[in-house]
Formats: sequence, structure tokens, C-alpha cells
Amino acid sequence: MSIFTSIGRYMILMSHIFSRPENGRMYYKEVMRQMNAIGVGSIPIVALISFFIGAVTAVQTAFQFVGSFIPPYYVGYVVRDTMLLELSSTITCLVLAGKVGSNLASELGTMRITEQIDALEIMGINTGSFLIGPKVIAAVVTIPLLVVLSAALGILGGYMAVATSNTIKVSEYLRGLHAFFDPYYVTIMLIKALVFGFLLTSISSFYGYYVEGGAYELGKSSTRAVVISSVAILLADYVLAFLLT
Amino acid sequence: MIKLDNVRKSFDGEEVLHGIDATFEAGKCNLVIGKSGSGKTVLVKCIVGLFKVSAGHIYYNDTDITRASKKEMRSLRQEIGMLFQGGALFDSKTVEENVRFPLDMFTNRSEKEKRMRVDEVLERVNLQGQNLKMPSEISGGMKKRVGIARAIVMNPKYLFCDEPNSGLDPQTSLVIDHLIYEITKEYNITTVVNTHDMNSVMEIGENIIFLHEGCVEWSGNHENVLTSDNRLLEDFIFASSFLKRAKEALVQDK
Ligand SMILES: Nc1ncnc2c1ncn2[C@@H]1O[C@H](COP(=O)(O)OP(=O)(O)OP(=O)(O)O)[C@@H](O)[C@H]1O
Ligand SMILES: [Mg+2]
Repeated sequence: MSIFTSIGRYMILMSHIFSRPENGRMYYKEVMRQMNAIGVGSIPIVALISFFIGAVTAVQTAFQFVGSFIPPYYVGYVVRDTMLLELSSTITCLVLAGKVGSNLASELGTMRITEQIDALEIMGINTGSFLIGPKVIAAVVTIPLLVVLSAALGILGGYMAVATSNTIKVSEYLRGLHAFFDPYYVTIMLIKALVFGFLLTSISSFYGYYVEGGAYELGKSSTRAVVISSVAILLADYVLAFLLT
Repeated sequence: MIKLDNVRKSFDGEEVLHGIDATFEAGKCNLVIGKSGSGKTVLVKCIVGLFKVSAGHIYYNDTDITRASKKEMRSLRQEIGMLFQGGALFDSKTVEENVRFPLDMFTNRSEKEKRMRVDEVLERVNLQGQNLKMPSEISGGMKKRVGIARAIVMNPKYLFCDEPNSGLDPQTSLVIDHLIYEITKEYNITTVVNTHDMNSVMEIGENIIFLHEGCVEWSGNHENVLTSDNRLLEDFIFASSFLKRAKEALVQDK
């Protein structure tokens, strides 16, 4: 399939996913189930990674600032802003593209090759909307929350790193956290999380939904889902950097 | 009633169905028989609209579904039940959840009514008490039967069964055949069954079309099968020499 055909089919699929559900209650249940799977299920990995990224950022900036003319409290400021502006949203979503993306692609792909999607279609269900809609909704609601958690834990990670090493004083770190705060950065972080969340779930679902063949193609599709959604996230990150700042 | 008018289907330029004409009547078990690869599954998938036909028309009573909009198709489909060749059970749901899924989706019945209906159809396919098993915990034949239960739970007007008894022992196979036959009569359903099982042909074949390499090679009913002198049909149904002798004996008896 050429890239243009893929993009065309992706667009068409997207135009179907928000059509009116056949049964509101079942749809709602499905959204809740997906929120649990995508959101709650990803808390441990996001927490772990964010904590360490925050810690490493703190240690490294501290290392570079020591002995320079930059005041040490800037470490807190740098950790806070890099987490808010870039690391929490981008890294979290790249990790989720791997975890959630491959999961969604293989779940939908299996449903496709074992004819479960056809079985739903036969019942008169709009499968694009019933299967993909709830996943996308769950993602755009829970992923921003995960990103907020990520930013908080990254800053906490920085704090722990500073507190347990003798680089800079904890009070300096805390002072840095309060310095030059621009609430707009939080908005940027949330917009990015929303866009990335949409991209990673919809692209992965797309690759799973249109699998043809058997286990071999399924494997390939799920890899492709992860690669393409990661690339899409990075591209969107670049575009948003221009649009939002 | 379902009517096919010169239905053709190709994949990537290669034609698999070469102009099928057929009529499937309501209240009858209509059989599509043919060798593996003759196009049975493709034909049924065209009839239910999972595949778009390359040419020709398919009429459900008077509606031509090859021209129906997506929306019209969806509302028609709520009157269709289908058993897939591989069962196509939702593997994240239990047997009960699978069967009640259409009820949950399309009806406003109470919890109790739904449970009663599920138990009723599970009993019909001899699966009472298996409600809480997962599809991975039941045998292939049981999966087929759950598939049938799910297909009939909404009392469809049209029922399609793609090889309902492949992989079943002859006895269970007969039970399934009779079940399909009974509900067809009971609710005056238009039933289309794909099969290459010669027992089914003899038991429930009221209207049979025989596909050979994507063409209708022969049509008739189970009585005609015995007397037909179509070579391809004879070779297909009475494949072994044992069956050939059995057929001769049967014909002589008459
Ligand atoms: N999705 C598809 N793409 C391309 N060719 C297909 C597709 N599905 C089926 N075919 C071809 O159509 C022909 C008929 O296949 P079909 O599945 O209808 O056979 P069948 O009669 O159901 O056989 P069986 O009894 O083994 O199930 C085969 O030659 C197959 O290769
Ligand atoms: Mg088949």
C-alpha cells in the first residue's frame, strides 16, 4: 500500500469513528474499559520512567551548572520546564506508542483475522465507531492525565536526586521550581498530550483494523503501528513547537 | 427470500465467482455445496455484504443490497444471523456474553429476560450450563454451537451458516443440522447453509446449489441428488467407492 493510499484510508476511517453509537450504554461501558486498560494500566511504566528522567535531568544540569556563573537554583527551574515543555508529554507518549500501540494493533488485528470484526458488522454494528471510538476517547482523556502525573513525578524525581546527592541544596532546587513560572507551559503540555494521544491510538488502531492475512501479517502490522505512531508523534511535536510558541 | 442475479466477484482481477444465479426461499434450508475452494464462503460473504460484488444484483425480498446505503445495510443486518466458518466468537467474552451481545446491543430487554433468552438458545444447542466458560476453554465443535446460538438469539429472518458441521462428529453434526432445520421451519427463516458434508445434504437439502470452480454446476433437492447423472456432482457427493455402491443400492430400492 502506498503512503497516499494509507493516509486516504486512515482519513476515511477517522471520519467514521465518531458516528452515533448504536447503543449508548454499551459504548460508555467500552469507553470505561478502555480508560482502565490505556490509562490505569499505564500508570506504573509512566511513573517509573518519569521519575528517573526527572532525576537524571536534575543530576546532569546540576553537574553542568556547578562551578559556572549560573545560579544553582536554575536546576529546579530547568527540570520543571523541560518536563513541562517536552519530556513528560513526548517521552510518555513515545513509551505509550510502544505499549498501548502494539497492544491495540494486535487486539484489533486478531479480531480482524479471526472474523470477529465481520461478526460485529453482520450484526449491524458500525465497527469503526464501536471498536476504535472508545479507544480514542479513552486515550484523549487519560493520556493528558498521565502526562500531568509524569511531570509531577519527574519534578519529584529531580527533588529526590538533589536530596540524596551533594550537588546543590534542596532549598535551591525548591526555589528554582517556583522561579519564572509560566502557566502557559502547562497548557502546551496538555495540548501536546491530547494530540499525541489521539495520534497514537488512532494510528495503531488503523493498522490493526486493516490487517489482512494471518499471524505473520499481524506481527508486521503491530510493529508498523508502533513505528508510524512514534514518527507521527515526533513530527507533531515539531509542528506544535512552532504553532504553540 | 433471497435472489441472486448474475453475481460475480473478483479479487485483484482474478474472478472467483463467475455469474451466480440462484433463489433461496423462506422457510427452507438452502444448501450451497461444493469442493474446498469452489467459492462457497466468498458467495455467502457477498450475500451478506461483507464483500462487495464485482457485478450482478442480490435481492432480499425486493431490496437490492448491492445498491443499498451503509445505513440501510446496517438495519437489514439486524435481521441477519451468521455462523462463520471459524466460529468468530469474541475471545475476550464468556460464552454467555457472546450470546447475549446482540441482545445487549439492540434490545431494551431487562436483565432477567436476556438471561432467560440466553439460557433458552444455549439449551437448544446443547450447551446448558456452559455460560461462564471462555471461548478458549471449549472445544471446536462447542465454539460452532455457541456461534449458532449467537446467530439465532435475535430471531433472525435470514440465517447463514458457513460449514456448521465441519470438524464435528457425525452425531453432533446431525443434531446441528436438525436444529437449523427446525428453527428454519419454526420461524420461516431463509436459511443458507454452506457445506461439503454429505450427511447434511441428505438430511436437510431442500434446495441445493452445487458450486464448481465458481459456477453453479447443478441445482435441485436431496431426492434429485440420487438420480442426477451429473458427473461432477456424483464425484463430489459419492466420493468413495463405498458411497457409490450405497447410492446404487438406494436407487435400486426405489
Ligand atoms: N480475500 C480473498 N482474496 C483473494 N482471494 C480469495 C479471498 N477469499 C477467497 N479467495 C479465493 O476464492 C476462492 C474460493 O474461496 P472460498 O473461501 O470461497 O472457498 P470455499 O468453497 O469456502 O472453501 P472451503 O470449503 O475450503 O471453505 C479460492 O480460490 C480463494 O483462493
Ligand atoms: Mg469456506
